[in-house]
Amino acid sequence: MSSSSCNGSPSLNAVPTHGQPLWLLAELTYKCPLQCPYCANPLDFANRTTELTTAEWIKVFEEGRKLGAVQLGFSGGEPLVRQDLVTLIKEARQMGYYSNLITSGVGLNERKVGEFREAGLDHIQVSFQAADESVNNMLAGSKKAFEQKLKMAREVKAQGYPMVLNFVTHRHNIDQIDRIIELCVELEADYVELATCQYYGWAYENRENLLPTRAQLERAERITNEYRQKLEAAGNPIKLIFVTPDYYEERPKGCMNGWGQVFLTVTPDGTALPCHSAKMLPIEFPNVRDHTLDHIWNESFGFNHYRGYDWMKEPCRSCDDKEKDFGGCRCQAYMMTGDATNADPVCSKSEHHHLITDARAVAEQPLLHEEMLFRNEKNSKVFFRS
Amino acid sequence: MITTETIPTLNTMFRFQWEQAQNSYVLLYPEGMIQLNGPAGEILSLVDGKRSVSAIVGELETKFPDAEGIGGDVLEFLLEAQNQRWIAE
Repeated sequence: MSSSSCNGSPSLNAVPTHGQPLWLLAELTYKCPLQCPYCANPLDFANRTTELTTAEWIKVFEEGRKLGAVQLGFSGGEPLVRQDLVTLIKEARQMGYYSNLITSGVGLNERKVGEFREAGLDHIQVSFQAADESVNNMLAGSKKAFEQKLKMAREVKAQGYPMVLNFVTHRHNIDQIDRIIELCVELEADYVELATCQYYGWAYENRENLLPTRAQLERAERITNEYRQKLEAAGNPIKLIFVTPDYYEERPKGCMNGWGQVFLTVTPDGTALPCHSAKMLPIEFPNVRDHTLDHIWNESFGFNHYRGYDWMKEPCRSCDDKEKDFGGCRCQAYMMTGDATNADPVCSKSEHHHLITDARAVAEQPLLHEEMLFRNEKNSKVFFRS
Repeated sequence: MITTETIPTLNTMFRFQWEQAQNSYVLLYPEGMIQLNGPAGEILSLVDGKRSVSAIVGELETKFPDAEGIGGDVLEFLLEAQNQRWIAE
């Protein structure tokens, strides 16, 4: 789509072709009242307390819009913690963004749902931990979370928003997939994300406790397909989106549609990333306080680093699938093999693929311990001390 | 069933707008975007819950004088748009 060479002739250090950052994810804060043990936030979030100001966020949104960004996600942590959320929504709407609030629903109330609508918020996604009150609250680390979520999901629909319900599934809740779907139908969700846990951040720490068995996964997928047929036959427009975990694949996912191709995340302190996990990589990423988003997207080292195919090693370099899966996920390669330029170990061609098959084998065994590491300040501080 | 008398409206689950960066009209929905081709965008830009299908055809024929006899194409597109739930009757 766009190219770095301005005079039309190839330059020696031409940057590989890349698209527009259509998706801008604003992680407004790491503060969150819940403690989900599969949170995608960095393990040392408690050490990162700096947050961009209202004016700084507005500048980021303006610069993103100029680059072609059209979907804006307000995320976190829990974005409701930010007192200026309604101002940010209003500004985003005036710029022409389609804005998405990605929330746990904890901290939301009827008045806020209305205020946000008036300010121009387009969509609210409410995350659940389970369809069962006790499992939900155990995973969320909160006694009142489930009841509050139900109430807020009903309020979101009553006020005319499109609603996405998101369930992260894992070995503790995936067998209740039928109840999860029933609950979503009852709450009149427009879209349901049955997102099998991805093992980054806190989820990687808790992987043994979260990874379902292949049988659990296959059963859940079969039941989801049965519901799809049944709901369609009944004329229900609800869309069930089933995200398979890459741990049971033989080829890696085309992570983020390619590095720095469509997606741009800005973390609470202003660090710009090509995906929300990338901070773990040993690469320097630019900050919106120091650079414009245009520079960050088009010129920065961090965003250009894994664009194109020149960085690849074997087996990716000569692989026919490289334009489809881009060698998979850089974070997963780094986390599991220690080198981010390796093939994602999900790929059966990877010499590290046994790391994935070993994890599958562990999932078949009874749990050695039931204890999970919850995402909270106390546990996070352990990570930045060590 | 959509006929020339139908007054279509946009499904409130979608937002319709011109996207300069795409040089096209688009439909936006939670975390997604449908890029519309020229004719599709022109037709949907006239779907406002007030105009009937025949009024939409009339306006398009005025705007694009070379595009005479497009009534069938417009109806066909609107049926597909209804199937996709972009519009409601």
